[in-house]
Amino acid sequence: MSTTGATTGATTAPAVEIRGVSKTFTVRRGAVVALEAIDLTVAPGEFVSLIGPSGCGKSTLLRIIADLLTPTSGTVEVGGKTAQRARLDQDYGFTFQQAGLLDWRTVRTNVELPLELHGVDRATRKARALELLELVGLFDFAGHRPPQLSGGMQQRVAIARALAERPTLLLMDEPFGALDEMTRERMQAELVRIARETSAAVVFVTHSIPEAVFLSDRVVVMSPRPGRIAEIIPVDLGDRTEDTREAPHFYATITRVREALRGRTVPDAGALEADIRADVAADSNTADTNAARGAL
Amino acid sequence: MTAAGRRFGAILLPPLVFGVLFLLLWQVLVRVTGVKSYVLPAPSDIGAALRASIGVILDASLRSGANALVGLLVGVVLGVLLAALATRMPLLGGAVSPLVAALAAMPIVALAPLLNTMYSPLSTLPRREVVAISAFVPVFVNVLRGLSRLSPVHRELMQSYAASGGQVLRTIRVPGALPYFFTGLRVASSLAVIAAVVSEYFGGLEDGLGSRITSSVGATDYPAAWASVLGAVMLGLLFFLASLLLERVVVGNRALPVA
Repeated sequence: MSTTGATTGATTAPAVEIRGVSKTFTVRRGAVVALEAIDLTVAPGEFVSLIGPSGCGKSTLLRIIADLLTPTSGTVEVGGKTAQRARLDQDYGFTFQQAGLLDWRTVRTNVELPLELHGVDRATRKARALELLELVGLFDFAGHRPPQLSGGMQQRVAIARALAERPTLLLMDEPFGALDEMTRERMQAELVRIARETSAAVVFVTHSIPEAVFLSDRVVVMSPRPGRIAEIIPVDLGDRTEDTREAPHFYATITRVREALRGRTVPDAGALEADIRADVAADSNTADTNAARGAL
Repeated sequence: MTAAGRRFGAILLPPLVFGVLFLLLWQVLVRVTGVKSYVLPAPSDIGAALRASIGVILDASLRSGANALVGLLVGVVLGVLLAALATRMPLLGGAVSPLVAALAAMPIVALAPLLNTMYSPLSTLPRREVVAISAFVPVFVNVLRGLSRLSPVHRELMQSYAASGGQVLRTIRVPGALPYFFTGLRVASSLAVIAAVVSEYFGGLEDGLGSRITSSVGATDYPAAWASVLGAVMLGLLFFLASLLLERVVVGNRALPVA
């Protein structure tokens, strides 16, 4: 099945190649297995979401790709390089649940931060930052300070900052988790456009089923304790528009992801049920979802 | 601009009205009850004493102010340097912090006469040392706290940029510690004036507001003593406002809330 939403023609090394990765954390009372036997390949330009209940290790996996954590075993390659090499070469951009902007800098100089750290000259830095602010629709706010912006705008600045080094990979850890539903949907549409324009591959961690389905070429469903990949669900929705959210296939895919999440939850069914209920509540079209499930 | 003016008025007017009413009430109460001036002089008497010896009080304020300023600068520089050192070397920080807590607990009253006996009676040095020690503590404590704060997001962000320790210090820790520094400075600047005036009580040079107060009380000239107290209040306010102004200029509205 062709699952790459790639816009780049070149078939070079995969954006991410994870082989047999496990991660064990040593805590005071022994060891906790956070991830076990993870294999995953992300094609150039592909959008992949990691979804699963709390404790399934999806954020840990993202940090292993970013070389912010080292795997206990297994290998990770980013664009054909080791994860560490890719980090040193600034081949990826990372965004967090909190925007993590520096309040004492302007929006523009926040976007310039990585370029500044890597010795890019002032004029080039400025031009690149303004170009990126144009891309995320915040050109007019270049001179503002982060505290003057809304949560959604701050997150867009963080995305612009992550794109500063023209990465081929964008790693995003629940970037819209703290936003209200309306802003969240707008940000999702923005992100689809930005990913298309930059043709970067994206690995996106989320708790929200509709969000994962709307954004992704593939949804990786993970199960907890130990964190494993339960199922990888391809999403075939074509170009995303606001109508995508009303499409029957959208609901059908949501249902598939939900069933996958439910299927492997023997140890902690209660928590997962609650997780799913929250997601359903967040979805304004619950009735339609049920209809779609009935039709399936 | 008029909006800013109105806001300023709204901040300034209530304490001004309250202050004037308070002085009026004080004046009326003293006159009506006929309290003796050595118990509590009327504001008008203090005002007269202030006018009569304005030159002397200004001169004394200048000397106390010089002691406070020099001691404050030394204390601030030492506080910042030691806090930076303690951040770079956590072992040193662990060793120094309890000592600083002990220093903070030490009463100036106990220290001033001891330091006075160490130097010539004509030296301003013991007073400035007392001030420096008082000012050092809040600056050290606050700057250390500010420098050691690094949120997990910023730590991971800088790690993803493969930034060096020096880059983290320059781009995140130092700017992030600035509001903490100014909180420390604000406390230290008020403490500096108090420490300067109090240390002047305990012998040594016969100048400064502290000496003026003791000699006025000795001569039973209570309105004059109160006039010197007023001078000390003004000096303290001047130091506090100066540090507040510096903070506004440097960090703007990013300042931490007062106290």
